[in-house]
Amino acid sequence: MKKIWITAGVACALTLTGCGGGGTPAPKADAGATPAASSGAATPDMENGATITGKVSFDGKAPVMKTLDMSAVPACTAAHKTPAKSEEVVVDDKGDVKNAFVWIKSGLPADKTWQVPTSAVQITQEGCMYTPHVLALMAGQNLDIKNGDPTNHNIHPMPANNPEFNQSQPPGAGDIDHSFARQEVMVPVKCNIHPWMRAYIGVVNHPFFAVTGDDGTYSIKGLPPGTYTIEMWQEKYGTQDQQITVGAKDSKTQDFTIKG
Amino acid sequence: MVAGLCALALIVAGALVTSNDAALAVPDWPLNWGRLVPPLEGGIRFEFAHRVLALLSAVATTLLALWMQAREPRHWMRRLAWWTVAAVIAQALLGGAMVKLIDPKGLAIAHAAFAEICFGLLVAIVAGYYGGHGASHWVARLAILVLFAQAVLGAAARHLAMGIVPHIAGAVVAAGIAMWASLRTIVRHLDDGRYPRPALALLGFTALQIFSGVAAYAVRAAAVDDPQPMPLAVWTTVAHVALGAMILGAAIVLAMTEQES
Repeated sequence: MKKIWITAGVACALTLTGCGGGGTPAPKADAGATPAASSGAATPDMENGATITGKVSFDGKAPVMKTLDMSAVPACTAAHKTPAKSEEVVVDDKGDVKNAFVWIKSGLPADKTWQVPTSAVQITQEGCMYTPHVLALMAGQNLDIKNGDPTNHNIHPMPANNPEFNQSQPPGAGDIDHSFARQEVMVPVKCNIHPWMRAYIGVVNHPFFAVTGDDGTYSIKGLPPGTYTIEMWQEKYGTQDQQITVGAKDSKTQDFTIKG
Repeated sequence: MVAGLCALALIVAGALVTSNDAALAVPDWPLNWGRLVPPLEGGIRFEFAHRVLALLSAVATTLLALWMQAREPRHWMRRLAWWTVAAVIAQALLGGAMVKLIDPKGLAIAHAAFAEICFGLLVAIVAGYYGGHGASHWVARLAILVLFAQAVLGAAARHLAMGIVPHIAGAVVAAGIAMWASLRTIVRHLDDGRYPRPALALLGFTALQIFSGVAAYAVRAAAVDDPQPMPLAVWTTVAHVALGAMILGAAIVLAMTEQES
């Protein structure tokens, strides 16, 4: 009986102190994962496909974003001429909303797989902020994480449907490459050293998505004819869904309005 | 006593780590950024201070157990000391596992709960050393259990495993029983002056804790749109956690020093 307890104790200790953590876990293939680029995978038909463009606007008085308190880390403060503001809601004078994520939520054939781009999407830690604040990529596409600061960071994405990881990145360290195997809208990213640092990554298993720019506009191209649910996500205000039907070579507009 | 104070400081340091969202600022364990002393900036300072205090606490507890093994005549006290060493080691392994497994909620709550157990065991040793025996009324023992459960509910709320409502409901029950246990003792022993001290401490800490809980909740509710943890929100929560541990400690002392007539 004593031996059983000792064995159980050792097993528990080994489990607790086991390998892993601190580094990037190797992505594992699973049933819900997007397959890697293959010859049978489709690409958007830019010639005959439809284009959806639109704008995300803010109706009402836009919230004033709070100033980030970087005073605990002088290297972060020194990187900004004027105190940096939170990027939770970025609205210009005309009411254009930056950093909204727009994607085709449903309507695409379920059995169709889409070619994963071989190019990586980049996120940089610059001035102790993630740039861009909101980004998107396909499931399986490479994410290239850079540290452009003279200070230490730890990149810590917190997905719900993909493996979580947390990795340190000192100044001058090489880029960290990572990919998310499964679709997930959105994956929050934080840095535990600088708690104001936040980013959001949209991971989609097809190429029909966009993030609004400074002028609040987006464009999704090469969409096959069909009826779709198009969704807009904003960090503070959540999601809005719209139905849209497009034919071949159609050019349609789908705007979204966030009410303040 | 030193080990007990170390454990309380460790609870405060742990609360600072959680409140500053710095639990994973050091992504490796037992080393820190691959070395003994990491670059001390931002959230790393909180996590590293927590680890240093954990080490000090483990050393102090082990020295205490060794000293008691040599000097303490009571078998149950020696055994309690070694159980405390085992609990502190288990707690360190839990902390390490949290880092390795990237802070799963269940482990984070277990780590917070185990901190209360370690602190409670050290308080019991101190109370036992000064003559405590553990033959208390059931209300005093119930207070320990309820206060521990309340600390676990608080940890669950802090680590977002559940909402705040169970913790608030638990506060009503825990405060009621803690007050019952303390007032019962105060009333029974008003004349002899020996027993009311832990009861008074339990009563006073409980009253303070109600205010600190309301303050922590109000500040957090007001700070919900803050882009980062701000000092007022951090310190009201840390004070609430520390007071929670002190209430548990007072209940343990009360249970161990109260004598049924």
